[in-house]
Amino acid sequence: MSPQITPIADTEQDLELAERLLAPDGTRVRHPQLDPFVADVDHDVLRGLLRDMVVLRRIDAEGVALQRQGQLGLWAPCQGQEATQIGTARALEDRDYVFPSYRETGVIYARGAQPGDYVRMWRGEEGSAYDPAELRVAPLQIIIGAQTLHAVGYALGIRHEGADEVAVTYFGDGATSQGDVNEAMIFAASYRAPVVFVCQNNHWAISEPVAVQSQYPIAGRAPGFGIPSLRVDGNDVLACLAAMRWALDHARSGRGPAYIEAVTYRMGPHTTADDPTRYRPEGELDAWRRRDPISRLEAHLRAAGELSEEYVAQTQETADAVAKEMRAQCLGMVTRPPLAVFDGVYAEPHTGLDRQREEYAEYLAGFEEATA
Amino acid sequence: MTELTLGKALGAGLRRAMRDDDRVVLLGEDIGKLGGVFRITDGLLDEFGAGRVIDTPLAESGIVGTAVGLAFRGYRPVVEIQFDGFVYPAFDQIVAQVAKLHYRTQGRVKMPITIRIPWAGGIGAAEHHSESPEAYFVHTAGLRVVAVANPEDAYRSLRQAIASDDPVIFFEPKRLYHHRGEVDLDAPLADAVPMGLAQVVRGGTDVTLVTYGAMVSTALQAASAAEDEGVSIEVVDLRSLSPVDYDTLAASVRKTGRVVVAHEASREAGVAAEVIASITEFCFEYLESAPLRVTGHDVPYPPAKLEKYHLPDLDRLLDAVDRVLDRGARTGVDA
Repeated sequence: MSPQITPIADTEQDLELAERLLAPDGTRVRHPQLDPFVADVDHDVLRGLLRDMVVLRRIDAEGVALQRQGQLGLWAPCQGQEATQIGTARALEDRDYVFPSYRETGVIYARGAQPGDYVRMWRGEEGSAYDPAELRVAPLQIIIGAQTLHAVGYALGIRHEGADEVAVTYFGDGATSQGDVNEAMIFAASYRAPVVFVCQNNHWAISEPVAVQSQYPIAGRAPGFGIPSLRVDGNDVLACLAAMRWALDHARSGRGPAYIEAVTYRMGPHTTADDPTRYRPEGELDAWRRRDPISRLEAHLRAAGELSEEYVAQTQETADAVAKEMRAQCLGMVTRPPLAVFDGVYAEPHTGLDRQREEYAEYLAGFEEATA
Repeated sequence: MTELTLGKALGAGLRRAMRDDDRVVLLGEDIGKLGGVFRITDGLLDEFGAGRVIDTPLAESGIVGTAVGLAFRGYRPVVEIQFDGFVYPAFDQIVAQVAKLHYRTQGRVKMPITIRIPWAGGIGAAEHHSESPEAYFVHTAGLRVVAVANPEDAYRSLRQAIASDDPVIFFEPKRLYHHRGEVDLDAPLADAVPMGLAQVVRGGTDVTLVTYGAMVSTALQAASAAEDEGVSIEVVDLRSLSPVDYDTLAASVRKTGRVVVAHEASREAGVAAEVIASITEFCFEYLESAPLRVTGHDVPYPPAKLEKYHLPDLDRLLDAVDRVLDRGARTGVDA
């Protein structure tokens, strides 16, 4: 055992340590371990991934705009993380189940979310933006890292039944400091649970750089728990797809959990309530713009002569249409009536809460009588 | 009828629930081969296997968080927290997830999780092994909170808790684990007193004495002792701390006009405070004197040699009964 530690030196070197299939300029890089997982990926599939990322970026921009216009209480932008979210989520089977964090707009998009689903929670209409059973995605989780344990518990159920399914959990670099995430890895390894951990290392936990969370590449922690891991270039959609297929294969075949660290970058603020200019080093954002996941794939397709201007235009039209529908559904949302605040606390009657509901109903009725 | 200890009654309740529904799975530390540090799950690993009786890593948040995931998958997990004072690492998962997921999803995701907690003091234990944290959970919307006081109730209430589609924090008074009582193992659950109702366990006319858990036994002793002095105490076992059955409580207080609420937990913002506030709202014109609390002091749970000065005992209950009957002088903040 070597006593040496390889610390995270800087962002530049950080990314060079990650596995990739597409270089930032779009050049295809050969990778003996990952290539077999994307042998079937042709230009059609790549164009589909490009369309996904373009639509996602448009959804994200619309979310920011709606918040700025007072239509949403908050929005957590995912700009810059499109390749990580689309690449990994497109590797899933419908029957798999996802336990996401709150920034996974791209994941719920890939799972078939409707335009209104992106905003329902952020507008404050509902606690859960969508029907979890329909998307097979748990509600967006706001408590950092809590959902990783839920994924492991779900996976224990899968394993108990011998079902051909995988539970997947998404979390950020900040979450890796949480006890829950570490406990989740221990439980998953102990029971060989069919669960895939996807850490989106976007370099920032609000204002704290990843070095505050870890002095060692995050993926390097997983083997210490007995979980194999890959550190992948999170702005390379093809590498993310390949790595996720590897991880899902591993979990699905009964070999237990797998772990992916996708090294990416949060180009926007933590949320619309944040101001990254207070903490982000000058020039960092520009450096990451040069590694943009969308332009990388575009460059690759153009170099191969596989991206027509017509396709680009069509894709943008699709994206605009989704954004338009998202806005329309957002503005059309009808807030539930006052007594709905009591709905759904319990599955079965609770006399204490029922009494409070009656009291509040009487109180409200007093106003109606007064104005009648 | 079968005579069982409270601990054995809980084990019988778990076995019955697991036989009735194969979605019931147990998680906890040392609950498998060892049968739990209190042996409540003794024999269940042999009958149901390691897929349903899961010895977990030593991490309470992990246990509860994993139970949440199993509930997502349609299971009905029963979690054992080894001791009351070890529940705090799981507090976030209980309060932020278990309690809220049904509300967050408007019932699309159910959390039929039972969290069993060997609970409270009086056994001369080390620090963190004698706590009464119930008020934290009573204060949390979305949870039901149950405290049992005898083997029969333990057997039935545990099965009811497991059958409930809501999460239940289930407090087991560990100082009564070895107390014996008659249990009807075959009585249909439908005939049992529903979860959520209080029970008048001894009728009386002068004072209503309200408590729960191990202190129900102390209250019954107090009622016997008071009877010798010509005072008739009605003892109410709350059974359910969320919701509290105010119909039963109010009926009793309207009859007696005087009420004492007792618990081991400390006083400030405790269950007794809430019960007395509500009773005062519901029964103000019936009250003959100010309701009184008899509780643990507002101190961290003391070392074992001092716990007898912390836990309300027979004499402190009788002292409060005297005061609520205006037979003693010790009232008010200067007393």
